[in-house]
Amino acid sequence: MSAWVWFFQLIQGVMALLLAPLLMGWMAYCRARFQHRRPSSLWQPLRQWIKLFHKEVVLAELASPLFRVTPYALFGILALTAGLVPMVLTDLPLSGAVDVIALAGLLSLARVILALAAMDVGTAFGSLGARREMLVAFLAEPALLMVIFASASLNASTSLSKMAATTLDRGFYLYPSLAFSGVAFLLVLLAENGRIPVDNPETHLELTMIHEAMILEYSGRHLALIEWANALKMLVYFSLGMVLFFPFGLSRGGSGWEIALSFIGFIIKLLIFGVALAILETVSAKQRLFRVPEYLGGAFLLAVLAILLHDLLGT
Amino acid sequence: MDIWLMLSIPVLGGLWQGWRGQHPEAPWVNVLVSALTLLAAGNLLLEVARHGVVCTVDEQFRLDALSAFLVGLTAFVGLTTAWYSRSYLLHECEQGRMDGPRLRLYHGMYQAFMFTLLLALSTNNLGLLWVAMEAATLTTVLLVSLYRTPASLEAAWKYFILCGVGIAQALFGTILLYFAAEKRLGEGGTALLWSHLIQVSHQLEPTIVSLAFVFLLVGYGTKVGLVPLHHWLPDAHAEGPTPISAVLSGLLLNVALYAILRTKVLVDGALPHSFAGPLMMGFGVVSMLVAAWMLRQQHDIKRFFAYSSIEHMGLLTFAFGMGGLVASLAGLLHMTLHSLTKSAIFFAVGQVAQRWKTHDMTRIQGILRACPRLGWGLLLGALAIVGFPPFGVFTSEFLILTTALREHPWAVSPIVLALGVAFAAIFGQVQSLTLGEAAGVENQATRPSMVPWFWHLVVVLLLGIYLPPWLLQAYRQAAHLLN
Amino acid sequence: MPHWNPVPFAQQLLDLFAALLLLIVFAMLSQRRILTLIHLFALQGMILALSIADSAWLTHQPHLYYSAALTLGLKGVILPGLLRRLIGRLGVVWDVETLINIPTTMLLGIVLVIFAFNLALPIAHFSHTILRNTLGIALASVLLSFMMMITRNKAVPQVIGFLAMENGLFFAATSATYGMPMVVELGVALDVLVGMFIFGIFFFQIRDTFDSLDTRKMDHLGRD
Repeated sequence: MSAWVWFFQLIQGVMALLLAPLLMGWMAYCRARFQHRRPSSLWQPLRQWIKLFHKEVVLAELASPLFRVTPYALFGILALTAGLVPMVLTDLPLSGAVDVIALAGLLSLARVILALAAMDVGTAFGSLGARREMLVAFLAEPALLMVIFASASLNASTSLSKMAATTLDRGFYLYPSLAFSGVAFLLVLLAENGRIPVDNPETHLELTMIHEAMILEYSGRHLALIEWANALKMLVYFSLGMVLFFPFGLSRGGSGWEIALSFIGFIIKLLIFGVALAILETVSAKQRLFRVPEYLGGAFLLAVLAILLHDLLGT
Repeated sequence: MDIWLMLSIPVLGGLWQGWRGQHPEAPWVNVLVSALTLLAAGNLLLEVARHGVVCTVDEQFRLDALSAFLVGLTAFVGLTTAWYSRSYLLHECEQGRMDGPRLRLYHGMYQAFMFTLLLALSTNNLGLLWVAMEAATLTTVLLVSLYRTPASLEAAWKYFILCGVGIAQALFGTILLYFAAEKRLGEGGTALLWSHLIQVSHQLEPTIVSLAFVFLLVGYGTKVGLVPLHHWLPDAHAEGPTPISAVLSGLLLNVALYAILRTKVLVDGALPHSFAGPLMMGFGVVSMLVAAWMLRQQHDIKRFFAYSSIEHMGLLTFAFGMGGLVASLAGLLHMTLHSLTKSAIFFAVGQVAQRWKTHDMTRIQGILRACPRLGWGLLLGALAIVGFPPFGVFTSEFLILTTALREHPWAVSPIVLALGVAFAAIFGQVQSLTLGEAAGVENQATRPSMVPWFWHLVVVLLLGIYLPPWLLQAYRQAAHLLN
Repeated sequence: MPHWNPVPFAQQLLDLFAALLLLIVFAMLSQRRILTLIHLFALQGMILALSIADSAWLTHQPHLYYSAALTLGLKGVILPGLLRRLIGRLGVVWDVETLINIPTTMLLGIVLVIFAFNLALPIAHFSHTILRNTLGIALASVLLSFMMMITRNKAVPQVIGFLAMENGLFFAATSATYGMPMVVELGVALDVLVGMFIFGIFFFQIRDTFDSLDTRKMDHLGRD
């Protein structure tokens, strides 16, 4: 039995690594369709990274070892987190080891490393990007934690597996607090992954870019790894959202059929979320950087309201 | 049936005034309607004296000793003020500050205001009481801004917003009360009827009722002008036409306090310990102190007496907060005397302001020389309001103070301090207004109209000298209802 | 396992409506554009009407349906329409200015919500109606609208705050109790309507006198 479980853990890790570029490809595809452009292939991100892996790495003369280690560390951390979030099965050996708060910690660790590396070479853009990233992060993280607390207090646990299981036991139920923290989570997701109201992943405009400014100095396989890690982060956030707010479809083990069904469910949910996000990005415009505190403040507020509502409405 | 009659007279009068209020006969119609209202009210009072309680429409309307006495007072002051506003408006028209539409608005709203007050007093339904209180604000707010000056608009806006917010708190309190009551009385109409509530008051949930009372006290307290919710009061009094200042001070504040008293009785029934009383006493003492302090700094003559109203409302709130038969009786007596005296003062002040064409007290001097009748009017009114012995205010203040000395000695010194400061301020100010050489008079034309003033002060004086047994009996009955 | 007792779907829906009402008040607090403010107010009226209809269905109180229809007509359609026309006739195009910046307002708002919820908790325990906990939300919306009136310095947003407060009170009346008696509800509705007309008259008077609807210009009284 335990061997099986570890096998599933391994499968999920590999699946996440493969699904992440496909998810990015799918979102780009949807956005292109909504904007009446000709979409590129779903495999485009993967192809691009493979190409990058074959290219030579150019390093700045002043780059310290931190700069070189960062892509690997980043990729490692995010691959680990991708293994921690229940995607198909509620219970995995590793997800029992780490709870959702530690997960948030891992995500912020990755961010800190990247910001340090961006400042390492000492170029203007790197520092600028790092500073902006930290501005976003220091507002987004409390909001994320509040979202987590709201769900955790609802399910009386901080373990993702247990939270998912409790919600599954309960069946479909309208929770105002969950609705609030869901919206807050969406806002945080957009900010943390550098999506449109906060950052635009497609431009390299110095006035606005955040994430792209940080990785401007990277090339070759380093760049590929960072981008891959970034895609993994998106996947992690998506599946985190599913576990917290819509775990229906997750399997608790059992027969192979059930697991296969759950896998298909997971893919469908990913597809739907991808479409929804693409719509959201198409209809909304990027905000000024100075509005970001207000935007994330709103997310924080919603999450706090969710906790308060849970307190008041009880059940 | 008689309640219907009393309520329908001002409604019909208001409608007529809304139609033809700008015509020369309108002020006389105003007086006539008010006189008819007083007659209907007097008839009701007799009925209440005979039967104790008068009810109609499934007890939706109900008059007992407490509300009947206030109905009488309201109708009386309504009549005298209507009489006074006749000469006041004539003068304003000559000065060009009034025109046809404004006259129509004034007359129509005056009757509508009287209707809302009488409705608030005669209804048994706490929800309707709220509706009537809110309607009282709505009817007077356009009167406060009648002159369309920047200052009057500002005053009216403040009045509207502050009282609107306050009254909203009162609605929340009413909802909470209903929430507590419907468990005992069931849903539907009867759960807001005061006479039913009082019977089950000991079964009401204390937590909810006390919370409801806090909201009601804050809400209606805004209208009473309790500190720190009083900011609208001096402005509204100063900027509106003087007859409106007289009815605001003399009637509206009373009715708002009446609303608090009705709920206080329920709270006292529901709670084993005293909760409403100390709260009201605290508000009362603070209001007195702040108002007395503010009195000293005023230059506008109408604001000056408006602060005096806040002070007296504070004293009343304190007296009713103390509870007990004597204090309640003294409070009711003081309520009567204050509204008569204060409106009489405003009658005099309005004419002074018309003659001197200013509200600034530093520019008014020697009223006694310039116009002896008006000077004596203001002087005697001021003496009455600070509580000089032959006038009734002395009796009621004395009763309140002695009761406080016996039951709540801590409160005596701040009250005496506030009364002393107010005494010094009013006395000093009125002295400089009335005595000395006449200066700054701009308009000497008409004879002052002192008839309404005269009747008010005569009653105040008589009540100070001799309280007839039947009246004492009526007050005692009303005071019983408060305990 | 957390304490878990299922409640009917209509009740869940009511809780959701209550939460949405609270959310709308927050959105109003953070809103800078006056027209959006009016739209939010209309939305609030509609959700209020839905919640009343829902509690009518939940408690089998037919008279609440009338109440819901009244609310929908008055607060969802008529009052916002009046406000919009008023804005058009006044030619008001400016954005709303606030006295305190918006994030601070939000934080204060959270504090108010905590206060209101704590105040309402003891009451919720006593309640036997199934519509129990929403009283705290109603109280919170009342306080937040109150704060909106304080922090805005233009006349129109102040009035919207006032009307939003009335909505909060109405929600309290229908959610905590089974709705007030019909006479009272009609009276309250009449008062609101008349008040609205007087507000309209006021807008014009204030603009004509002060050349602006900025209530900061009206602070001369009491300075003598």
